[in-house]
Amino acid sequence: MMFGLAALAIVVAAIMVLYRGIKGPRVYDRLLAINSMGTKTVILIALIGYMYERPHFLDIALVYALINFIGTIAFLKYRETGRLD
Amino acid sequence: MDIGTIICGVLLFIGCFFILVASVGVLRFPDFFTRIHPAGKTDTLGQACVLIGLIFYEGFDFISLKLLIIVVFLLVVNPTATYALANAAFISGVKPWKKGDKRQ
Repeated sequence: MMFGLAALAIVVAAIMVLYRGIKGPRVYDRLLAINSMGTKTVILIALIGYMYERPHFLDIALVYALINFIGTIAFLKYRETGRLD
Repeated sequence: MDIGTIICGVLLFIGCFFILVASVGVLRFPDFFTRIHPAGKTDTLGQACVLIGLIFYEGFDFISLKLLIIVVFLLVVNPTATYALANAAFISGVKPWKKGDKRQ
C-alpha cells in the first residue's frame, strides 16, 4: 500500500513534467522534461518491482537509467554538431 | 511493523515530497535555466530518498546492493547530464532570464 501511494505520487509528478515537455517553448525545455521523466521512470520501475515482490526489476531500472543518460547526451551531441558519429 | 518499514515509509514520504515539489517547480519557473534547478533536485535528492528508503525496507543483501548501485550511478550521472544540457543551451544562445522579462 505504501509503495502504491509513492508510485501514484511519482506518476502525478511525471504528468506535470510531461506537460512542461509538451508546452516548453524551446527544445531544451523538452529535453529537460524527458531527462526528468527518465529518472522518474527509474524510480517507478523500482517501486513496482517492490510492489509485486520481483527484485529483478532493479536490473531494468539500472539499464533504464543508463539509456536515459546516453539518450540525453546523444541528442545534445546531435544538436550541437549535427552528426552522431 | 518493524523499524525498517517505518524508516522506509518516512524516506518514501520525503522523497515523493521532493519529487512533487520539484515537478511544480519545473512547471512554474519562468526560464529554461531556472527550470534546471528543480529538475536537478528530483534527479539527485528525490531518487536518493526513495531508493535508500527501499534499501532500508529490504535490509542488507544483494538486492539492496543493486539499489545502492542505482543510487550512486544516478547521483553521478544526472548532474553530468544537467550540466551538459545547460552548457549546450548556453552555447546555442539561450539568454538567461532577468527579473522583469517576459516569462518564457
